[in-house]
Amino acid sequence: MRVGAVTFPGTLDDSDTLRAIAASGAEAVPLWHGDADLKQVDAVVLPGGFSYGDYLRAGAIARFAPVMGEVVDAARKGLPVLGICNGFQVLCEAGLLPGALLRNSELHFVCRDQWLKVENNTTPWTSRYDAGAEIIIPLKNQDGRFTASQSTVDELEGEGRVVFRYVGGNPNGSVNHIAGISDATGRIVGLMPHPEHAIDALTGPSDDGLGMFLSLLDQVVSA
Amino acid sequence: MARVVVDVMPKPEILDPQGQAVARALPRLGFTGVSDVRQGKHFELEVDDSVDDATLDKIAEGFLSNPVVEDFVVRRVQS
Repeated sequence: MRVGAVTFPGTLDDSDTLRAIAASGAEAVPLWHGDADLKQVDAVVLPGGFSYGDYLRAGAIARFAPVMGEVVDAARKGLPVLGICNGFQVLCEAGLLPGALLRNSELHFVCRDQWLKVENNTTPWTSRYDAGAEIIIPLKNQDGRFTASQSTVDELEGEGRVVFRYVGGNPNGSVNHIAGISDATGRIVGLMPHPEHAIDALTGPSDDGLGMFLSLLDQVVSA
Repeated sequence: MARVVVDVMPKPEILDPQGQAVARALPRLGFTGVSDVRQGKHFELEVDDSVDDATLDKIAEGFLSNPVVEDFVVRRVQS
């Protein structure tokens, strides 16, 4: 199985994302923002960072990168896509996920280990977790406050598309403590915290994040 | 050539912590009587006469603003 991770100018977490993909047992494939080529990958991860300096809005310019045209087309045909932090912001700006990520309500850059509840373990990215499991992975961002219209929030909640929720306090004022969501199919998932930084207890607060990458592998092996 | 101004503001129902922080700072600086501040973005575009209003709206709606959380106003001004 080949899993790609996109590098935009200003992406920070591509190396850790590729490392996490490899640690799960998949082949990690670097993808470049300027190449309209997904290199026959079976899934794509948009890593965190500050693509294009977050100028204009976080993710607003990255969505127009040549590689994103391919990602959007493939995602609409069913390619699993995971957006982490800035990648989540890019997916929202690209219209693959609803809502938007705004400045943290306390205006601080938040950097800490964060407990999350897995609200939906039926997506290709979360099937390794028990329903309702609580995991701890790093959170580090300035624009993490998930916001959407009330009707969109109702839809997300009603359809089980809130995938992760903050527990132990809301770090950024996101609506309904939402940390991560999916599209209607469940194949496109975005979250603000960083599973790729928590794949090994030596270098992270836990190895809880590896489950997201292992989940994807299960999905393809069983398909 | 003409100058076009695009103002982008957070929608009224969207929490604007940056504007609130500015509003809270004003009394500390000795300025009283300002009850609320909303912070947005102001763009100035120099455009050819061939660029029509529909195109400007597309630029403002599809790129300069995020319609999920922001409103925009496009104005042509004297350059």
